Parts: sequence; structure tokens; C-alpha cells
Amino acid sequence: MLVGVSLSSLKEGRWYEHVVRFALGGAATVATGLIARGFGPALGGLFLALPAIFCASATLISSHEIRRKREAGVVGVRRGQQAAALDAAGAALGSLGMLAFAVCFLLLVRHSVALAFVTASGAWLAVSVCAWWTRQHCRAALRRRAAESSRAGRARIPPSTKSYSHAGAPRR
Amino acid sequence: MTEYLIRFVIGGLVVSAFAVLGDVLRPKSFAGLFGAAPSVALATLGIAVGVHGADYAAIQSRSMMFGAIALAIYSIVVCQFLMRARMRALSASLLAIAVWLITALGLQALFPGGA
Repeated sequence: MLVGVSLSSLKEGRWYEHVVRFALGGAATVATGLIARGFGPALGGLFLALPAIFCASATLISSHEIRRKREAGVVGVRRGQQAAALDAAGAALGSLGMLAFAVCFLLLVRHSVALAFVTASGAWLAVSVCAWWTRQHCRAALRRRAAESSRAGRARIPPSTKSYSHAGAPRR
Repeated sequence: MTEYLIRFVIGGLVVSAFAVLGDVLRPKSFAGLFGAAPSVALATLGIAVGVHGADYAAIQSRSMMFGAIALAIYSIVVCQFLMRARMRALSASLLAIAVWLITALGLQALFPGGA
């Protein structure tokens, strides 16, 4: 599956959603600083990976999907859950990238701060994208294998039975 | 006070930038990568290096590794809550914060280090 850009999702969003994200991001950064000051940098560092922003993002994605379905005259609660679950699956892969970011930053920050930031950001992007790409290929391979095995299963059924499988048992 | 105001503005801007990137990118599973972007880390570590020095930022990034592992488990739990328990996105993501906290603090207690 190709990666693309869709600007239409920006139009779907409400202005206050951007304010909520800005406020949450700012609050998470301030809270991390306060925790580090109160309990030391080791404990404060944990909160650099706090999923506070994820909560807002997943909720917004879900509500956008529900709203889109409602406008089409369908109850979209399940679709909203699925969209948020897809976002969570992406975040799980992205957390591998975040781990790579932390490792690179830890190894390099004492030598060169600029190099640490550049390398760690590059490592985050590379690891996240590779993890996503690997997942996509594994899923595609599994789907292909499942399709092939069901095709092979159909081919093994004798022709007389095969016609029954579609039309049902013959009437006597 | 000024330091925290700067933290708030920088943190808000970096998080918003990653959030907009996540909004416009398709497919959704790829956009989800930006839900785990090190946005708060970029803002916090930048300020930590400037104010406290590289050693302080190194201790924070060591702990961030535990936070990232906890985030991976958190994301999987949220996925299960949504798909199997059919919970709403807000309640699933908020409830799973407990999982993140237990994992992150547990790992920090198992492998103590830093200040």
C-alpha cells in the first residue's frame, strides 16, 4: 500500500481540536518538566513517552469517522473504533521508533547535542517506517497465502459436489 | 515561570506539527506512527540540554527507553480494548494509561539508574 497525503482531513477538523492538541502538548511538556524537577530526571524521563497526545488523536480520529458515517446516514460507531484501533496499531510500531530515538540520543548526547538530535530523529523515522513496511508486507503475504489455500481447497472438491456447494443440495 | 511558559509554547507547537502530519498522511496505520512521535521528547530534551546540560538529558533519555516500551504495550492494549471489548476510543485510551504507568514504573524500578 502506498503512502499518500490527503488534505481533505484538515478541512474536516474543527478549530478547537487544534487548540486541544496544542494545549495538551504544552501541558505534557510542562508536566514532564515539573515531574523531573520534583522527582529527578530519571522519573521525569519516563513521561517523555507518555501517550497523552495519543488519547486526543485516537478520540478525534474516531469522532471524525463517526461523523462522516452519520452524514452518510449510517451509524458509524464500529467504524470509529476500527479507525482508532488502526491508529493504535500504528502507534505500537511508532513506539519502536521512539525506542530507537532514545537509544541514539543516549549514546550521542554527551559527544554532540546537534548530532544526537539529528541522528535520533532520523532513527525514529527509519525504524518506524521500516516496522510499518514490514507489517504491511507480512499481512499481504498472509492474505495471499490464505487466498491460495482456499483456491486449492476448492480445486480438490469433486465437480459434482462443487455444484452443490453453490446451488445447495439437489431436490429429490 | 518563564521557563515553563517557553516549555508550554514549544511543546504545544511541536505536538501540533506532528499531529497535523498524522492528520494528512494516509493510510491510517501509517499516520498512527505519528501518534508515537517523540514530540514531547524533542521539546523537553532540547530545553533540558540548554538548562541542565547533556548529562541530565542523557538520564532522561535512558528512562525514555522504558517509557517507549510501555507505549508499545499501551498501544496493543488500546487496540484490543477497541476491537475485542468494543470500547469507545476515549475510554479505551484513558483506561490503558494505567497499563502504561504500571509498565513504565515497573521497568524503572527493575532497572534503576540515573539520578
